[in-house]
Amino acid sequence: MDSRRKPLFDAAPVTPARRGLKFETRDLCRAVGAKRLVDDVSVEIAPGEVLAVVGPSGAGKSSFLRLLNRLDEPTGGSVLVDGADYRAIAPRDLRRRVGMVMQTAYLFPGSVAANIAFGPRQRGDVLAAEEIEALLARVGLPGFAARDVAALSGGEAQRVSLARTLANAPEALLLDEPTSALDETAARAIEELILGIIRERAMTCVIVTHNKPQAARIAARAMLMESGKLVAVGPTREVLHAE
Amino acid sequence: MPSDLSNAVSGEIALGLAQAAGAIILCAAVVALCAWFSVHVEREAAISIARGLVQMVLVGMVLAALLHGSLLIGALILVAMMVAAAFTAARRLEGLRGALPLCFCAIAAGSGVVIAAMIATGTLKSDIAVLVPVGSMVIGNAMNACAQAAERFRADVIARIGEVETGLALGADPAVAVAPQVKSAVYASLLPRLDTLKSLGLVWIPGVMAGMMVSGASPIYAGIYQFVIIAMILAASGITGLVVVLLARTRAFSPAAQLILRRPEATKS
Repeated sequence: MDSRRKPLFDAAPVTPARRGLKFETRDLCRAVGAKRLVDDVSVEIAPGEVLAVVGPSGAGKSSFLRLLNRLDEPTGGSVLVDGADYRAIAPRDLRRRVGMVMQTAYLFPGSVAANIAFGPRQRGDVLAAEEIEALLARVGLPGFAARDVAALSGGEAQRVSLARTLANAPEALLLDEPTSALDETAARAIEELILGIIRERAMTCVIVTHNKPQAARIAARAMLMESGKLVAVGPTREVLHAE
Repeated sequence: MPSDLSNAVSGEIALGLAQAAGAIILCAAVVALCAWFSVHVEREAAISIARGLVQMVLVGMVLAALLHGSLLIGALILVAMMVAAAFTAARRLEGLRGALPLCFCAIAAGSGVVIAAMIATGTLKSDIAVLVPVGSMVIGNAMNACAQAAERFRADVIARIGEVETGLALGADPAVAVAPQVKSAVYASLLPRLDTLKSLGLVWIPGVMAGMMVSGASPIYAGIYQFVIIAMILAASGITGLVVVLLARTRAFSPAAQLILRRPEATKS
């Protein structure tokens, strides 16, 4: 390991100087053919804020989330990240800074350690064994580094997926229904883990969820989407009441 | 004597047509047997048999007319075959922009390099009567390799969209995100030719060797020459498979490293 390199992951609680990214979407649109998946959505997400995106199936929630790390291209409007149009940021760099955890863990075949090391390796960084162990300990899987991902439970796989995203030291976290594929016990445990991590790292977080109690527990503010449009945004309980 | 030659040719054609009739009768019997088991391929079989016979007679007539033509004419015929092969293979890449030129480049690269190498090493004479039939074998196999690699790549990427996009979301380059699909597609295009090489002489004796022996060539030389042809076909397939997959990979992503090769967009939200 290069001793001059700053550690990618700091297991200690975050220092006050650390801050998440600020997002601002302006008239953001994503249309495929005649269908407008995201329709003129303008919203601001403050640094370190946790925003829940709620709404019925087909409302455009996941499509909106995918636009925030540019997995899909907006067909109209813009996304500003810390005040700059994100088209000016190299996609690979943007995605390193804006981590994403999907509904399914999608672990790559091989060991847990290889999965954790994947993101940093793309930039030519090699994670030390201690850094991998620190990340695994933080997500509640100490000693799992050498395990084959094929032998993991759904909850364990999602924890590895979270640790893999954190290995990139992101400044914001996008969560696409991260607990919906898990049973209630595993879902609550992952939820508490995520909440603890985003608080200690002061990351900006946008979470798509169908689970209203979860949205209320995690996010202070929520945005309600219907048919691709932003219908309401405000304190979570008020928005959930309006849904 | 011209009249003797004409008689010999007429006799050969009559013999060939009689043999073709025998083959057609056997095929018709098999089609009837299939129909007995409710597998109805009568119409398709009739069209295929008629097309096959007519096309081969026409090719024979063209070759007879061009038997002493120049290398340029032979090269033009091979290019026309590559274009036709590209049209067939491009059907496997539906949904990918520019599939036809992509397939043409891959087939031309694979078969072109190998045919040039065969001519350069003396394995293949630049005589049009040899160049076109052997070249067409190489092009035909390159076409199959192209279609197999392209289809496998497209299907694997679409089946693994989650994994591919997870790689992208973690900051991977598109080439890294689809590396497993590239490997699998190139391997798929090589596998049938590798099996052919393994089974050569054990399971089947291909036509070139059989033809050379019938013409009086040494069986050992005929065997070695047949190996060379099959090895060249493997090389052409490898180059074609690799080129088509690498080109398809560049078309599968946008300049902003977004996966654009996919099913019609899911409306999940």
